[in-house]
Amino acid sequence: MSKAKNTVPSESKTSSNPKVESFSGLSKNILVQMYKHMVKTRVLEERLIKIYRAGESYFWIGGPGEEAWGVPLGMLAKKGQGPMYDYLHLHYRCSPTVVAMGLDMLTSIRLMMNRTTDRSTGGRNFSNHFVIPEWNIAPVTSPLEVQYPIACGTAHVQKRTQGSKALTIVTGGDAGTAEGDFASCLILASRRGQELPMLITVQNNKWGISTSYEGQHGETFIADRAKAFNIKAEVINGNDPVESYLKIQESMDYIRKTGKPAFLEAMVSRLYGHSSASGANPIQNEVDPVKDFEQRLLKAGHITLPEVKALWEDYELEGIRAAEQARTEPVPQADSIWNHTYVDNENADWRNF
Amino acid sequence: MANMAQSIRLALHYAETNYDLKDVFGQDVGMPLGGVFTATQGLKTAWNTTLDERGIIGMAMGIAMAGDRCVAEIQFADYIFNTIDLLKIAGNTLWCTNGRYNLPMTVMTPVGAGIRGSVYHSHSFDAWASRLAGWKVVMPSNPLDAYGLLLSCIKDPNPCMFLKPKALMRVRGDELIPGEPANEKELKNMIDAPIGDRSNWKAQWPQVEEYLVPFGKGKITRTGDQITVVSYGRHLLLCNEVADQLKQEGFSVEVIDLRSIYPYDWPLIKASVEKTGRVVFVNEDTEVTNFAEHLSYRVVQELFYNLLARPRVVAGKHIPGIGLHPNLEDASVPQKHDIEQAVREVCMEVP
Ligand SMILES: Cc1ncc(C[n+]2csc(CCOP(=O)(O)OP(=O)(O)O)c2C)c(N)n1
Repeated sequence: MSKAKNTVPSESKTSSNPKVESFSGLSKNILVQMYKHMVKTRVLEERLIKIYRAGESYFWIGGPGEEAWGVPLGMLAKKGQGPMYDYLHLHYRCSPTVVAMGLDMLTSIRLMMNRTTDRSTGGRNFSNHFVIPEWNIAPVTSPLEVQYPIACGTAHVQKRTQGSKALTIVTGGDAGTAEGDFASCLILASRRGQELPMLITVQNNKWGISTSYEGQHGETFIADRAKAFNIKAEVINGNDPVESYLKIQESMDYIRKTGKPAFLEAMVSRLYGHSSASGANPIQNEVDPVKDFEQRLLKAGHITLPEVKALWEDYELEGIRAAEQARTEPVPQADSIWNHTYVDNENADWRNF
Repeated sequence: MANMAQSIRLALHYAETNYDLKDVFGQDVGMPLGGVFTATQGLKTAWNTTLDERGIIGMAMGIAMAGDRCVAEIQFADYIFNTIDLLKIAGNTLWCTNGRYNLPMTVMTPVGAGIRGSVYHSHSFDAWASRLAGWKVVMPSNPLDAYGLLLSCIKDPNPCMFLKPKALMRVRGDELIPGEPANEKELKNMIDAPIGDRSNWKAQWPQVEEYLVPFGKGKITRTGDQITVVSYGRHLLLCNEVADQLKQEGFSVEVIDLRSIYPYDWPLIKASVEKTGRVVFVNEDTEVTNFAEHLSYRVVQELFYNLLARPRVVAGKHIPGIGLHPNLEDASVPQKHDIEQAVREVCMEVP
């Protein structure tokens, strides 16, 4: 593994007390930052579920349970617009990544509540279907797995852009990897001499909607399929933000250095079931990565209980205020349905040809 | 005079030189072949993809998302069907993103029967393509229009579908592309790859110039006042022939080359049908929910009281495929005599 710049030894590592966790040398600053983003995401997602339950939105789907994986991914992405920066082809469980990149709750809630102020879709699409060109976040779409071959296109442009060490990140669920698009991506990314700078990832929560991992896979790990294409691949504990951070960082370093793809399969939890379609009720028997990490940080003395309490409360308040604000904002009107069919609203209605 | 394959090549060359087109790709599109119809020979930006249509369309969408213009080829339209949801997404990306991501990509693909291509090299795609909202869809009937329509596609900031009538790939027109050498042999020597070893071959490109056929602009190819025939692509040429032939018998047939399927030139159709009161729409895609049915519907809705006869659609039979034997193919897609018969019948119809 390359020696990363920001993995300076933390106080805990140098501690003489062997019972204090070292967090593999990650600095307190990074650890606390990760924790804050994780809590913010969780509070935000729970706010979205409340908005759904209150009948103020039609559908919820999101990422509770994927914070420990998604937050470090967002923190490590090279954020910006254009091929000199990392592209992110995300799916609908990536709120942790977008929060870590700087998403405010109001932006997410406007999307959830279909306001015209929703810059991602203008009230046209589901929660967490982010569209943020300023951060190279490609449109999140509902059809599973299409992001994988599309991601190859941005990586292709990055590869031929002079001086770009940027890479393309693609994420998706485990069940979706049965789609041919997943194989398309592995093949396009790994052609000899034409390898693409891509971090190809799968968040394995062991479920489709209701079909279990065992019910649809013969391979032991999805990552094994990447290995068949000579792609550097690993399975990691995506419920541990420290492991996620280090492995993502290592993979990104490798891609930026070699121009070749790397693959990560992150084992994650699914804490509110699939979506509002399956009830969005809390699931008890899965690891809660936020609570888990919170306990570890408390134990190591990186945070205190009063700080923890204040943090959850502050985010809770941000969520409530954002929902109040969004509630006052206008919703799309019928006369806007033709908008953006073509660039610059060139007429696309045959009645007016 | 360039044939259609050469004119496509010239357009792509013009675009990679002048429009910052950086990628022309598809199966066997790069050297040594330069495309199964040779339409991409000698281009500096042409490259071979994996044998994976979804990979090709996905890649095109990603390149366009990063802001670069590209032209992706699906080797035969018969193999585009497994990409249909990606095409749908390409068409809805601007709309779904509230105008924030546009995709300046062109997909080109050979369509239609006429070369004895059997079940999987004869499909049409115009009716299917017309249902892909957010796309612009064109189909040329001659090399000059192919050049001008393809350049319009590449220049456009929206996803564009350039349907190549495969039976016309070797057909020449009667108008030169601006800058094209008048001598066919000279052009061939300049831009056709030699037979055999091509490893050291380079195209010598003529100084072709910009020539754009705008979207939504059809063209009257035969003037007449008795009946209007609307077509595009390969069948346009058959319609012209029918018009010329029937002229000998005193029929006066106006033929419209629609060129652009969506958006389409309604004012041109309208003006013509207002004049003639009779109309036949001709294409070779299958007949049930055919694009011509939409046009025919619109004629009935908007021009009902101008009509002297029921509008007619002449299209491919609604059967699962086009059989290889000529008897089968000819009975499956409209032939010249089918068009002629329809024109006669509609002309003779008494209200
Ligand atoms: C192509 C496609 N088929 C089916 C669906 C309906 N669908 C939505 S989510 C889902 C399960 C996805 O499971 P997985 O890929 O493991 O991702 P997860 O939701 O578990 O994160 C299904 C079947 C869809 N959105 N797209």
